[in-house]
Amino acid sequence: MSVIKVENLTVQYSGEEHKALDGVSLEIQKGEFIAILGAHGAGKTTLCLSLNGIVPNMISADMYGMIEVLGEIPPKIPVRQLAAKVGSIFDNPEFQMSQLTVFEEVALGLQNLGVDKVTIEKNIKESLKLVGLEGFEERSPFEISGGQQQRLAMASALAMKPEILILDEPTSNLDPIGKEEVFSVTRRLNLEEGLTVVIAEHEVEVISEFADQVVFLENGKIIEKGTPSEIFPKIVGRQESVGVRVPQVTELASNKSNLFKSIPVTLSQAVEAYKA
Amino acid sequence: MTEIRVENLKHVYPNGVVAVNGVNVKISQGEQVSVVGQNGSGKTTLVKHWNGLLKPTDGKVYVGELDSQENSVNVLARTVGYVFQNPNHQIFAASVKDELEFGLKNIGLQKEEIDSRVEYISSEFGLTEFLDINPYRLGFSLRKSVGMASIIAMEPDVIILDEPTTGQDYLGIKAIRGSIKKLREQGKTVIVVSHDMPLVAEDTDRVLVMCDTELIFDGAPSKLFATESILKRTNLLPPQITSFMKKIGRSDSSESILSVSEALDKI
Repeated sequence: MSVIKVENLTVQYSGEEHKALDGVSLEIQKGEFIAILGAHGAGKTTLCLSLNGIVPNMISADMYGMIEVLGEIPPKIPVRQLAAKVGSIFDNPEFQMSQLTVFEEVALGLQNLGVDKVTIEKNIKESLKLVGLEGFEERSPFEISGGQQQRLAMASALAMKPEILILDEPTSNLDPIGKEEVFSVTRRLNLEEGLTVVIAEHEVEVISEFADQVVFLENGKIIEKGTPSEIFPKIVGRQESVGVRVPQVTELASNKSNLFKSIPVTLSQAVEAYKA
Repeated sequence: MTEIRVENLKHVYPNGVVAVNGVNVKISQGEQVSVVGQNGSGKTTLVKHWNGLLKPTDGKVYVGELDSQENSVNVLARTVGYVFQNPNHQIFAASVKDELEFGLKNIGLQKEEIDSRVEYISSEFGLTEFLDINPYRLGFSLRKSVGMASIIAMEPDVIILDEPTTGQDYLGIKAIRGSIKKLREQGKTVIVVSHDMPLVAEDTDRVLVMCDTELIFDGAPSKLFATESILKRTNLLPPQITSFMKKIGRSDSSESILSVSEALDKI
């Protein structure tokens, strides 16, 4: 069942010469883990912001083509209403914090939706548990680590019981422990809770482990789409023009293909494919 | 020639938090050093002593002949340039040209010298066509380049780069690593504070590992990535290629393989 359907989507910001997205077509199935890759300015953020309606509802832009998310047309409904079904996580978690305690931070979105008190408390408890922040209820959101802040941002989104999570470079500002925390929570939500995940990321080694599909953008257009195993070997030698690295084992094996049974994209695949 | 000497450094923040405790280290002119560790380990606090942004609570920091306690950041900045992680914390001028000129004027250079340095550095960093533009109209990568260029233009002996590759795409990372190589050729000391292990592995010769306020490792990256106890304690993840070569038994137990090109030679 497809939960996101985009056809020939074109987005142009006012005053900009180039189109941020240029005829993008994409269909995402329920429960899929999709990674969006590309250089700065390729259109990753614009695609994420179109899926949650922030473009064009809060950031004005001309939008053409068709976009449908969970049966809704994002440009036609309030961002807040869509946020209950589509949770969004950005690269600067501290900018998303506004409350005095972790509990209040998670409660905020639910209160805005007019959810009753009993449900609010139940949802907060569940969502803090999902991201591993039980016991943090009375802490200040500004006095926890970057990884914990980002997981709190995820809990705030999860409390509204969304079906889709959109993450725009969620780990850019985190240290390795923080990155690992955010990736493993995202992975668990996808596998155990069945959430559909759309993530824009630069960490290709992690993406290769987790993603069902990778979508490469260049100048607002989709240039490659498929499983990491299909696509990354095709990017070797084109990293510069595409603006994306490939996993180191993929680069090695592509240059020594006689030593590998197939071209790996993850560490464990590489160990298995290596002809000892 | 500038040597950095740190003797029994302790730093306690006004709120009582001990950030660095009992660190001793000496860095010679021309070394390429990375400082790694988790957030809160004390690594940024340590390097901020080297250009006077922070002063020791106890112990000594010498920058060449200068005692950092007795010299202001304005004096030390001539010898040690600090490029911030977030260019927005550094850039304030209304045009790229003004930004590049600011530090040069500050150190008292003549107009001719300023013009020639701005011309050189802007072409080095691909900024020539943006000289009259407000830095805030540039994308993140280019703005980061402006931040780096404005410090490097002052030609300090020592350059500290705080998380230079964070949030950069492939080309941005390639450009920054190219600049680091060039600085090495010019004999500059380059100190990178970074979580980017391929950068640490390939572009630096010595790693300082901070953990819970203390310096717990000081040595070559090939040794660090072969020292399991330190990796475990600090949650450092070696580059993927390093782990792969170790797993297939193609690297020495005491010396790791650090790059894809090295792996291509040894496999």
